[in-house]
Amino acid sequence: MQKLLLLGDEAIAQAAIDAGISGIYAYPGTPSTEITEYIQKSKEAAEKNIHRTWAANEKTALETAIGMSYAGKRAMASMKHVGLNVAADPFMNVAITGANGGLVIVVADDPSMHSSQNEQDSRTFGRFSMIPIFEPSNQQEAYDMTRYAFNFSEQYQIPVIVRITTRLAHSRSGVTMAKKQEENKLQMPKNLRQYVLLPAIARKQYNELIEKQVHFEEESENSIYNKFIEGSDKSMGIIASGIAYNYLMENYPDRKCPYPIIKLSQYPIPRKMIKKLYDMCDSIMVMEEGYPIIEELLRGILDDGKTIKGRLDGSLPRAGELDPNSVAKALGFKRYEGNPVPEVVKQRPPALCVGCSHIDSYNALNEAIKKYGEGRVFADIGCYTLGALPPFNAINSCVDMGASITMAKGAANAGLVPAVAVIGDSTFTHSGMTSLLDAIIDKTPITVLILDNSTTGMTGGQDSHGFGRIEDICLGLGVEREHLHIIKPLRKNHEENVALIADELAYDGVSVIIPTRECIQTLNRRMRQKFKAKAE
Amino acid sequence: MKIDIILAGVGGQGILSIATTIGYAAVNNGLYLKQAEVHGMSQRGGDVQSNLRISDEEIFSDLIPKGQADLIISVEPMEALRYLPLLSKTGWVITNDQPFNNISNYPAVDDIMGELSKLPQKIIINADQIAKDLGSPRSANMVILGAASPFLTMEYQILEDAIAAQFASKGQEVVDVNIAALKAGREYAMKNK
Ligand SMILES: Cc1ncc(C[n+]2csc(CCOP(=O)(O)OP(=O)(O)O)c2C)c(N)n1
Repeated sequence: MQKLLLLGDEAIAQAAIDAGISGIYAYPGTPSTEITEYIQKSKEAAEKNIHRTWAANEKTALETAIGMSYAGKRAMASMKHVGLNVAADPFMNVAITGANGGLVIVVADDPSMHSSQNEQDSRTFGRFSMIPIFEPSNQQEAYDMTRYAFNFSEQYQIPVIVRITTRLAHSRSGVTMAKKQEENKLQMPKNLRQYVLLPAIARKQYNELIEKQVHFEEESENSIYNKFIEGSDKSMGIIASGIAYNYLMENYPDRKCPYPIIKLSQYPIPRKMIKKLYDMCDSIMVMEEGYPIIEELLRGILDDGKTIKGRLDGSLPRAGELDPNSVAKALGFKRYEGNPVPEVVKQRPPALCVGCSHIDSYNALNEAIKKYGEGRVFADIGCYTLGALPPFNAINSCVDMGASITMAKGAANAGLVPAVAVIGDSTFTHSGMTSLLDAIIDKTPITVLILDNSTTGMTGGQDSHGFGRIEDICLGLGVEREHLHIIKPLRKNHEENVALIADELAYDGVSVIIPTRECIQTLNRRMRQKFKAKAE
Repeated sequence: MKIDIILAGVGGQGILSIATTIGYAAVNNGLYLKQAEVHGMSQRGGDVQSNLRISDEEIFSDLIPKGQADLIISVEPMEALRYLPLLSKTGWVITNDQPFNNISNYPAVDDIMGELSKLPQKIIINADQIAKDLGSPRSANMVILGAASPFLTMEYQILEDAIAAQFASKGQEVVDVNIAALKAGREYAMKNK
């Protein structure tokens, strides 16, 4: 069979295609973005006409995937960890409805917060909703387990999670494909009330979900992805989940770890397997990429059993991703750790690109708002969050997508007037529209800047739902015509833009200003393509 | 055979093109490979690195342990220094000497060169100039790869083949100029190692 060099994300995407999905539903978010992008670029996906355009946000993505599963076809929803917060409502409830066509929800966590606001561990959500989780440890497993996950989902009529973390998502390795599967035929659920979560039905189905737990656990005990590896030194047993297993093995170059190991990649936790290890060994070390979930469960509330080592007792760092060195330390190895970084080396934080329209927007806003003093600008998530850094120091918040407008509204309600919201075009259609509606209904005195660069910049320039529509959306929501302005953020328009923003800051109601100029990255890309097309 | 390589640079400098060539060469020769990349926020002009691991045995960790990299290949001199904690005692640093200055507190170039000159095993090369002299300023990364080639424990021809395959769709001219860049970098390293 063919071997391809794939990112963990791409291995999942290829597996989804090979598993016969009929749709991928997603909103971009590092480190999950490349799953959907791979399918969007795939010739095979195009030929089969697999649904692959972006969704407005993670909630709409998951709901659409649920609808496709209802109709009997296989669907994947993918998102970054915080995306699952947005999709939490359908997520918790689809555990109760169950699935019809295979439904796989891929969640990519970002421990160490390389590109995120937090490092929440999606396995918690898996436990919360009581659905199985598959946590591959390498690219080949990412492929194999995604295929397996679809089968599992259909066998038990249950949505399942494939959970990965940044390192696997964005690391490449050779992956061998397996035989492709055809798409499912359109087929309604056998029980047409399966998805009607009226209390009486929901209660019944919730009980069924509880009853299924025994089977899920049994599957975990017997899964080829959960391995009990014997070892002669019983002074310690090791539980290594997901990619933590790699860091463990990295520390034994001859691949012979003296301790018994459980390599754990499928949840719910196989209790019998864990009990066997626990009884056999004097102490247990738990290595998890993420929160100390297994560790906490093993310790219990009283923590009065055998010695447990892991993230909670300082054997491993409490926060952040693991690496071969932190795991070496936990195992008691002393390793050469290189020379320190010389002092001349300076930090090089990410920055707005030269020529970025956000620069001109911030320069104008900073000048217009100066006379009111600091601390009035609520921003959101995107490239423009970099406005928090010097030289702009322009914004005072970045909490979750869409929060800029509602936080500005809350602050204005509290008396902070004027209050300003800064939000990107993609973030606005993701979660900002309802926030704006709240402000309009209340006629709260806020000034909203929707920075329209025609793209989802931060995640690499994906199509933005608001393209060419932002103004109409605002009017439709009820923004007053006289207080809705489109401006061109360019240095030559600076004075004019400052004056206009200043006027709207003084208005006692909702104003929306839409600085509109294409992202310099997508513009360059377009120009290159045009040039190439001409040359050919 | 086992080699651990850190590729370093600034978001937008295209370090992944170097990774792609080495990776292609490795995989076509039946070697195992893992290549951890940086995607996301740092790609906006921040420091970026890629961990490239090649071996004839299965590789576990996607990340190279500290003090174990055989090579640091950097397209920017300050970025080469950032990853010294990863370099093994016997490792080599191959770096471009042309600063990419996009921060207000970028250090004095002499200070960077001073630190680089302290390293026991290094190749410091003006890849931009060499590429320009070849009439292809965009091939600087291939010059750097060429400078690293004597240390890759891979037959040189394999790299040329990889470039030929990688740039094939862009025409023979592009293939030729990139191979010339690779050769020029290699020659410089052979003379200066
Ligand atoms: C719930 C959630 N989903 C996705 C992301 C990832 N993400 C961060 S910024 C961003 C795009 C922002 O695009 P836009 O608002 O248009 O601003 P731009 O980056 O183009 O300036 C995305 C998708 C996130 N942080 N949170």
